[in-house]
Formats: sequence, structure tokens, C-alpha cells
Amino acid sequence: MSRLSSTDTPEETTDAAEAALDGPRNELLARLASQLGDGLVESHLVPGDDLWIRVTRESWAEAAGYLNTGLGFQYFNFLSAIDWMPSPFGRDMDSQVDITLGHDESSEIDASLEHGVAGGETRFQVFARVNDIVNGLGVTVKVDIPDDDLSLVSWTSVYAGANWHERECWEMYGISFDGHPGLRNIYLPSGFEGNPLRKDYPLLARRLKPWPGIVDVEQMPGGDEEESGDDS
Amino acid sequence: MTAISDRDQLSYIAAQAADARVNVELETEGMTLNIGPQHPATHGTLRIVAKLDGEQVIAADPVMGYMHRGYEKLTEVRTYPQVTTLINRIDWVGSFANEVPFILAAEKLMEVEAPPRAQWIRTILFEMSRIANISLFLGDMGLQVGAVTPAFFAFRDREHVLNQIEAVTGGRFHPNFDRIGGLKDDLPAGWITETKRAMKKIRSFCDEIEGLLQGNEIFEARTRGIGVIPADIGLGYGLSGANIRASGVDWDTRRDNPCGLVHDELDWKVWTHVDGDSFARFWVRLQEVRESTKMVDQLLDGLPGGPVMAKVPRIIKVPAGEAYVETENPLGVMGYYIVSKGDLVPYRVKIRSASFNNISITPWLLKGVYVPDIVTILGSLYFILGDIDR
Amino acid sequence: MIAAITDPWWFQTTLRVVGGLAAVLLVAGTLVYLHLFKMVSFMQSRLGPMEAGPFGSLQLLAEVGKFIQKEDIFPRKADRFVFAAAPFVVLMSTFLLVVVVPGGPDAWFVDSEIGIYLGMAVSSVSVIGILMAGWGSASKYSLLGGLRATGQLIAYELPLILAVLGVVIQAETMNMQGIVLAQAEGEIFGWGAIGNPYILTQGVAFLIFLIAMQAELTQTPFDMPIAESELVTGYMTEYSGMRFLLFFIGEFATAGVFSAIAAVLFLGGWYIPGIDPANNIMNVLGPIVLITKVVVLTFIVFWVRFTFPRFREDQLQKLAWKVLIPIALANIVVTGVLKVAF
Repeated sequence: MSRLSSTDTPEETTDAAEAALDGPRNELLARLASQLGDGLVESHLVPGDDLWIRVTRESWAEAAGYLNTGLGFQYFNFLSAIDWMPSPFGRDMDSQVDITLGHDESSEIDASLEHGVAGGETRFQVFARVNDIVNGLGVTVKVDIPDDDLSLVSWTSVYAGANWHERECWEMYGISFDGHPGLRNIYLPSGFEGNPLRKDYPLLARRLKPWPGIVDVEQMPGGDEEESGDDS
Repeated sequence: MTAISDRDQLSYIAAQAADARVNVELETEGMTLNIGPQHPATHGTLRIVAKLDGEQVIAADPVMGYMHRGYEKLTEVRTYPQVTTLINRIDWVGSFANEVPFILAAEKLMEVEAPPRAQWIRTILFEMSRIANISLFLGDMGLQVGAVTPAFFAFRDREHVLNQIEAVTGGRFHPNFDRIGGLKDDLPAGWITETKRAMKKIRSFCDEIEGLLQGNEIFEARTRGIGVIPADIGLGYGLSGANIRASGVDWDTRRDNPCGLVHDELDWKVWTHVDGDSFARFWVRLQEVRESTKMVDQLLDGLPGGPVMAKVPRIIKVPAGEAYVETENPLGVMGYYIVSKGDLVPYRVKIRSASFNNISITPWLLKGVYVPDIVTILGSLYFILGDIDR
Repeated sequence: MIAAITDPWWFQTTLRVVGGLAAVLLVAGTLVYLHLFKMVSFMQSRLGPMEAGPFGSLQLLAEVGKFIQKEDIFPRKADRFVFAAAPFVVLMSTFLLVVVVPGGPDAWFVDSEIGIYLGMAVSSVSVIGILMAGWGSASKYSLLGGLRATGQLIAYELPLILAVLGVVIQAETMNMQGIVLAQAEGEIFGWGAIGNPYILTQGVAFLIFLIAMQAELTQTPFDMPIAESELVTGYMTEYSGMRFLLFFIGEFATAGVFSAIAAVLFLGGWYIPGIDPANNIMNVLGPIVLITKVVVLTFIVFWVRFTFPRFREDQLQKLAWKVLIPIALANIVVTGVLKVAF
């Protein structure tokens, strides 16, 4: 059966109760904290479910090495990035639903950065996930990337699979990886300008024609009822 | 299930080395061959730029993106039900399985649990999409090595499963059936008996393929010892599904991390093989299809009653948070990392597709193999272009 | 042929040309319909062409019409003469091969004392044609296919010839007509009712001949040169329209002619037990009997073709050199010894 997260938010339960709930993950967190020291900035543990940690840029490579060799997290899952800046284009949706909820084009877009679990300070965050197959654990590692220096140490020397993921991150966000054997586009043609997954890169289809949302369906020839289309 | 003898393995490696030595001594120039993007062997528009020396590959570099549809950008402007429609098309052969991890991740964020009946039906459709997908592989593997007939049998027998999926969801390839909180609809009358009949047909199909391909000496000669992936290399690249199980790693997300599906209530077995070559991958998938048919039979017998949809608001706003759910899809492990800011649309969806990691090993794997083996290896890794390119 | 040698030379020549064309093209057409359209379709649980004519029997006519009206495309960098001549070279070797096959006691094209030797010699000419096709197409895929084909065809000619040698030793003649008569008039331990078809005593050679024939025709499991899932169609990739049709017909015609030779060598050719070989009716019945045997043998060839996966090039070569040739040589030794002993 699916695991329901507990109704108490994790920050409120005591450490002892947490430890009782999820021994392996707490131990994992403790070992990471002791190894990385100040490198481990923040963490978020959902008991019985998942673990997030945020590390500094300097300890990104060290975290990878320790996870791979020291903790047995040999399985490389994925690596990607998140752009926390809210999209200046809004949601490009003209649907009635959006208007009734007060989210139309004219309302102001809050440009402040709001980060997700395990916090964050910068606009770009690179996150990667590795698994420990034997014990069935996984950990998501996040790192902040400053806006003026969009680069990070590559994980390819530790996890060979990071090669392609870092290439995708590079072309989609413009984050370069030092030590990568051959950083070039993976999906897009080589002359492509821009980084599509950034929030300020517009989705051209929506710029051209905003999503109509709920529309009234045309009457069938000879039909009587008028149905309103459903966008859910 | 015999392991390839060390002697055969060594003699293959020695032959490759000897060829390479001859090529160096004769100072032959390499030839660059473009395999794809239009090619009968690659399942879709995958292009491999192979530098050949005679019939040996010196370097192989897959070039992807011919089918890149920008899903991760598209999900940022669609509501959650609309995203469900979109992600059906990632792995278009394993239809229903694409939706499951996304819906489960959204349900985790919303803290909603689907009713038991919905979970059981989800699992049934999940396993049936696995059967449909892997049956295609079984026939297609024969096609890659030159036997044209098994492919026809595969298509003929898959139809039974696709008909059943269509009877429930209305779509053979793109069911678009999963909803946050449950399913769109309940099962039609008579579906359970029909599906059991379909499962029997699939089992006889598996026996046919076993006799036709697996027992064939030529097939064994073409696939044994070809494309051996050691377990630690596979883990480093993030291989999943039958690819990693064929290298001896006993890891199945259905058993180790069931999340919203009911695999832990069934009696089933995870199949692994020690060799890690193309034959092992074929063998593991064949056993998995058989195992899936047995699972579907058990699921159909134990299907509980009740509603198929939990109480969710009509307009779904998923609370803020991040969640990652991965499931054992037909092609491997597929996961969705959803970042939500409490809005109608997800803020960021990272799609972890199985074939992307599976194919990332090809530059390493294809060094030194012969040209016919490229096709065998790609066929045995089994990817769907939509899964690589998203 | 049946008409005496006193007929004027142009009549005989016309007769032979027409007969040759008919022998090759009609047989090829029948084989294409029976095996490629119908047999393989039934094997793959489908019906095959059903629209053109009753049960799709005129499909081949439709295909010919389609191919003829297609645009004649030359790849830009192709060597035009080599590219254009290649299908003709391949087809020419088939026509040359068919002249050594006897259809009846007097229904033959050429009655040469070195019949089978001549046949084996001219059948190798097709290798040049395939190499021309692979090279002249100016495409890497075609080149790969052509080179693979050359290696394969040359390798498998040896088992073919060595298998034939056993029959020649037993029949004491290379003349095709003589081989048929030797089987017709032979006896199995004194019982002469069905003659002495060499498939019984030369069973090993028969198998080797079939395997080598499959390879000479570049059919699966020996279709590395074509290898549809890798090279699209190998050396034939750049051909379209009429030129492709020539290759296509050549493939099936060669299958038919090789099977005819196998029928003559091992199954008794045009001889049918119960009718005296010298009987004049055999000139009409003989070709029909021969064609029946051809259909049976090609059935085996195409059955194997559509069932098995294909060998890789090095496995293919290993089979020829390390397995088939030693067995064929052993067969010759045993045949020779037994021939002298009995």
C-alpha cells in the first residue's frame, strides 16, 4: 500500500521519534553530516520515504565520492537542474479556470525566488539522485549554483552515467561541468542558441497562441444538447 | 541456463584483439558509418555515428534528439490531468505504465490514497502494459538477428492484450486512464474472463518464442557473449530493468519499493541471470513476461470491490513540495520528480526515463564489436525512442 | 530440341533462347508466388497477396508492371557502367547455369561431357556481379554488403564443389545426362524399382550441397550480405525499379536453377520410377517432374530462410572452412574407397 506521509510535519517531531521511525535514513544522514561537515548545508528527511540533502559547491565532488565508495550508493539515477525563478510569462493560460482563480495575464507575477525542500539561495540548483540497491535507499543531493558562475565539478569520474545527464543539463540550463570529457549538446542541434528549460526562455507555442482552456464545444449537426468542454 | 564458457568469451575477445592488431599493422583507414536516423534496426530515429575499421567498431557515438519533444518544458504549462495525457507518449508501447509514477508522485504530494480497487486495477493494467511491451521485444529481437517470422507472431499475440486494454481504457496505445486519486472508470463486464483468456494466449506465445528463438543454435551463437555488461559498470551508468537483472543484480522496484501498486500482495519472483550478455537480457525478459501473466491472473482473482476514485476536488491543485516516485516500467525504472508550488500546474517535472540511462552505456559497450553485433546489442538493450528523447 | 538436328540453326537458336527464358523466368515466377507470397505468409499467420487475380496469382505481374514504370535512379557518385551492368552479370550467370540442366532424354540445351563442371564454373560469375553492385553504388552500406558477399560466396563454393565431386565419383561421369541415367538405371542392392537416387548414398553430400546452396543464394541464415536489419539491402540498396527487379528475379531464378541441379545430382533429375528413361514421353513429362522436384527443394530453402536468424560473418566463414569442407573431403574419401571396393 502507498505510504502516507505522517500528518505531523517532520520538523515538529522530536529527533528520538524520527530515529525510531526511520533508522537507516537517519544513520545515512548522520554519516553524511560527519563526513561532509560544513559542506552539508541543509537536509530534509521524510521518514520511511526519502532523503534530500543540500551541499555546497565545494563539497559536490566529495559528496559523490563518499556516496559511491564510502556509503555504497553505486547506482546513478539521474542529474538535472531546477530554475527557481518564476516564469516571467506567467502560465500562458487563458482558461476560465485561471481567470476565476485570479491568475490572469494582468495580475502581477511575483518574481521572488521560492525554493523547495532542503532550501536554497540561488536561482539555479543542480540536483542528482543516487541509489543504494542493496539496502533500498535513495538520496537526492542538491547544490546551489551562483548566477555569475554557472559551473560545477563534473561527476563523471565517479559515476560514469553522469556523462549524458550533465550534457543535457548543460544544453538545457547553460550550466557547465568542469572535468566533463566532452560537453556538447545532446538533444538540440549544435548551433542552437539559448537554454530552453530556463524559465525566461519562452515556450513559443504558447506565445503564439495561449491555451484556450475551457471552451464551448460546437453543436453536433442536428444535436440538441450543448456540452461545455472539460479541461480536467 | 548455462553460462557462456570462459573459453568462448576469451576466444571472442582474442578475435577482436587480433582484428584490431591486423588493422593497425595494415594501417587501414577507418570509415565512418552513419547508422540511422532512418534505419530498420534502430527503433525509431536514433543515429549512431560509428567509426569502423573493417567490420570492427572503433568508436560509436549515439546522436539523439531527432524526436525531442521538450516534455519537461511542456509540463510547466499544463494542469496535472493534461500532463497525464502528455506522458502517455513517452514510452508509447508500454502505454499505461508511463502514467503510473507521475500519478503516484502527485498523490504523494496531495496525500491522497487511491481506493484499493483502483490500486489493483492499476497494477493489472501496469502488468499488461509490460506484457504488451516485452512481447514486442521478443518478436523484434528475432528481427534484429535475422529471423523474420517471430515478429509476426509477436504482433498477432499482442493484439489480445491490446484489445483488453482498449476494452477498459478506450485506447490501445495511449490509455490516458489514470487520474489523481484513482482511475477514470471501472472495468467493463466480462473483462476478467477475457483477460484470463488473453493471458493464456500470451503464455503459449512465450512457449513458441522459446522454441523458435531461444533454443535456436544460431540465435545463441549470435547473442551469447555479445555485449557483456559487468554489474558494477551497469550500476554506474544507471541501467535498469531487465538490463541490470541480466547482469546478476537482484533489484526490482516492484518488490523493493512498491509505492501505490499492490505487488507486495502477490506471489511472484524476480528473474536474474549471471551472464550479462544479450542472450541473458532476452532470457530475463522472456521469463518476466511469463511472470507477469501469472501476476495478472492472481490480480484478477483477488480484485476487491469498491469505488475506483477517491474524493478529490474537481480542480486539482497539488500542495507545494517535491516528490519523486519511480516504478519498474517495462523498459526499466521510470521516475518522475515533481516540484510543485501549490499551483494548478507543476513547477518542474524531471522525467527519469529508463532508456536514456540504458543507452548511455553504448559508447562504452560498442567499442571493438563487429557491425552485426551493434544491432544485436541495441536490440537486446531494448529502447523506445520516445523514452530516450522525451 | 525434339525436332531433329536437321533444322536450320536460327530455329534451333530461337528455340533454345525461348526455352531458356521460359525455364528461368517461369520457374522464378512460380517460385516467387508459391514460396515468397503464399508459403511465407501462411507461416507468419497471414494470407499474403489476395487482391490481384484469384488468390493473388497475378501479383507478380502487377509487381513487374510496377517496377518497370519506376524512375531509373543513379546515385550521383556511382560508376554508371558498373552500376548498370551489375544486375545483368548476375542474371547472366543464372542463364548460363540453366543450360546445363537436362529436362528429358532429348530435352536439353547443352549436352556437354563436363556438364556439372561447366555449371559450377559459370555459377561463380555472379560473385563478380555482386561485387560490381556493391562497389558501383558508391554507398558504404552497399560496399559492406558487397565485400561480405564476396567473402561468403567464395568460401561456400568449395563445399558446393566438393559435395558434387562425390556424386561424380559415384556416377563415373560429369555429364548431367549421364548422371541422371546412372541414377535411373542404378540399383539399390539389386532392387531396381526406384533406381538409385544418390540422395541415399550421398546423403551427407546432399546436406552439404543444400547448405552451400543456401549460402550461394545469400539466403538466411547466410544473408549477411543483405542483412536487412543492418544494411537495409546490402549491395542492392541503391537499386530501384527495373534494375532491382533483375536482381530479384535473379535471386529466385538462381534458387530454382540450383535446386534443379541438386535434383539432377541427387534426386534423379527428370527420371521418375515406373517409366523407361528412353521413352519419348519423358521429353514432355521430364520437365514437369524436374519442376516438381525443384519446387520441393526450394520449399526447403525458403522454409529455412524464413525461420532462422542469420549468422555473423565470422561464424559463417568458420562454418564453411572448419566444418563443411572437412566433412565434404571425408565424404569424397569414403566414396572413393567404397567405389573401388564395390
